[in-house]
Amino acid sequence: MTWALDHIGDIMFRAGQHAWLAGLPLVLGLVIALPLGWLAARRPRLRALLLTTTGLLYTIPSLALFILLPPLLGTKILDPVNVIVAMTVYTVALLTRTVADGLFSVDGSTQQAAIAMGYGSFARFRAVDLPLAVPVIAAGLRVAAVSNVSIVSVSSLIGISQLGYFLTDGYARSFPTEVWVGIVACLLLALVFDLVIQVVSRVLTPWTRTVAA
Amino acid sequence: MIRFEGVTKRYADASGTESGDGSVAVDDLTLEAPTGKITVLVGPSGCGKTTTLRMVNRMITPTSGTISIDGRDTASLDVAELRRGIGYVIQHAGLFPHRTVLDNVTTVPRLLGTDKRTARSRAMELIERVGLDPAMARRYPAQLSGGQQQRVGVARALAADPPVMLMDEPFSAVDPVVREQLQNEFLRLQSDLGKTILFVTHDIDEAVKLGDQVAVLRVGGVLAQLDSPATLLADPVDDFVAGFVGRDRGYRALSFAAAPELSLADEPTVSLGASADDVRAVGTPWVLCVGDAGEPLGWVRAAAVESEVTRTVLHRGGTVASTTGSLRALLDAALSSPSGRGVVADADGRLVGTIRAAEVIPAIEARRDAAASPTSAEEATAR
Repeated sequence: MTWALDHIGDIMFRAGQHAWLAGLPLVLGLVIALPLGWLAARRPRLRALLLTTTGLLYTIPSLALFILLPPLLGTKILDPVNVIVAMTVYTVALLTRTVADGLFSVDGSTQQAAIAMGYGSFARFRAVDLPLAVPVIAAGLRVAAVSNVSIVSVSSLIGISQLGYFLTDGYARSFPTEVWVGIVACLLLALVFDLVIQVVSRVLTPWTRTVAA
Repeated sequence: MIRFEGVTKRYADASGTESGDGSVAVDDLTLEAPTGKITVLVGPSGCGKTTTLRMVNRMITPTSGTISIDGRDTASLDVAELRRGIGYVIQHAGLFPHRTVLDNVTTVPRLLGTDKRTARSRAMELIERVGLDPAMARRYPAQLSGGQQQRVGVARALAADPPVMLMDEPFSAVDPVVREQLQNEFLRLQSDLGKTILFVTHDIDEAVKLGDQVAVLRVGGVLAQLDSPATLLADPVDDFVAGFVGRDRGYRALSFAAAPELSLADEPTVSLGASADDVRAVGTPWVLCVGDAGEPLGWVRAAAVESEVTRTVLHRGGTVASTTGSLRALLDAALSSPSGRGVVADADGRLVGTIRAAEVIPAIEARRDAAASPTSAEEATAR
């Protein structure tokens, strides 16, 4: 506890880095997964291909991805962009299926009504299907957030600064307190992400909290 | 006017072509839904009635044939524009769960570019017009009953004041009491609005009640008969239509015969609170009780009154016919009355007199004889 308090500045700084490395890819991944999920939901022939391919991305080991990306992107090994890109890939892998499932969850008669009222394809997605898919997408986003926070810590093995540093450093110095501080800080950060997503989802879906007649 | 000309819808067979032996949903349909009238499409499952409806707003594309609205081929119109000009009501209302009642109703006007304030004030009018409490406007669909949701569905379809409405079993998913209310209000609304309506149902009673004309379709999408409800009941074209129209045709057809002016018997009456002696002084076993405005309240069995006439002793089984109603209502009033005397009221609901079944029957026979003679082919209709 004293150790943590003595190093509170360092912990907060690395937590900020960690949040950036895990959070930005969450947003980027969602932006990419939305059109992919929409395609998967709307085009039966593309569905299997898209969902299998994106799903497989998640099976690439993170350490391998951190090392493979620099030559592909032309970045240096220590560049945080590598981590951002890798985490975005994982987010897309998790969210494409979720977005497709969310769009599938929209009631058939609601969709028929929207078509019959003269919504174009994109307008219907934006005004009807997407808002109704928010609860499902938010659930997927929570999984992706926790997964991102956890995977980002691995990047300390290639020297990227974030909370994972306390795990590798504590292990190297045989100093369990530091390892525990790293674990607890990661946990707290994951909780904060989870809370933020839940709050945003609640704000976007006032209709889900109404009492049935 | 919506006009179908030789419209066929064939679904793809196993080889994936529409030209082959795929199943036929609608077969060479030619039909006119006249302006300002309700045309009902009715038939068993698989008769292509919903397919027919959905070809009008191009949710389904016909394999061949043309559909025109007021002379304009729908295939030549911009599809979004076409759909925004057609009100559409479906079975479970299909409301947007994430939008309030008010925002559901303003959907099409907003798509058409009407500003929010104008759209909302018009929506509020419509919400009241379809019989909803204005306080409902802020609620979400999940907070409404099935019947209320269906009213919102109708208001939403009417919001942009489209000349044409498509209704696909809009009242099928609600309980019978609510269904009847919705049907009656729908007819009242339509008598004000005069929309050109194509209405799909599997319920022949609903078809006969709502339709200005009824198209009976058989399985495979072939038009079996297109006629007014009265003609459909009186003269089914074949065994299929006769079977589909169902039993009690003779009796139900009387719905379309206006009640003629018959001489009614004066009926002695008592008021609520009349004493047992007053009731027994009338001298008949059943005595009619009326309210302050002269409206019939129910029959009282003289022997059953202990001290005075209260609402609890009233017999509620008898129906009341209106002088402006149908022969069916007149006969039913007589048949359902415990005294055998059918209660008849005027348009304002005040008691006019009573009539016995035996006196209604000659009127029915006279009507049949009149219809049979070529000089008076004119048909009495209730509406």
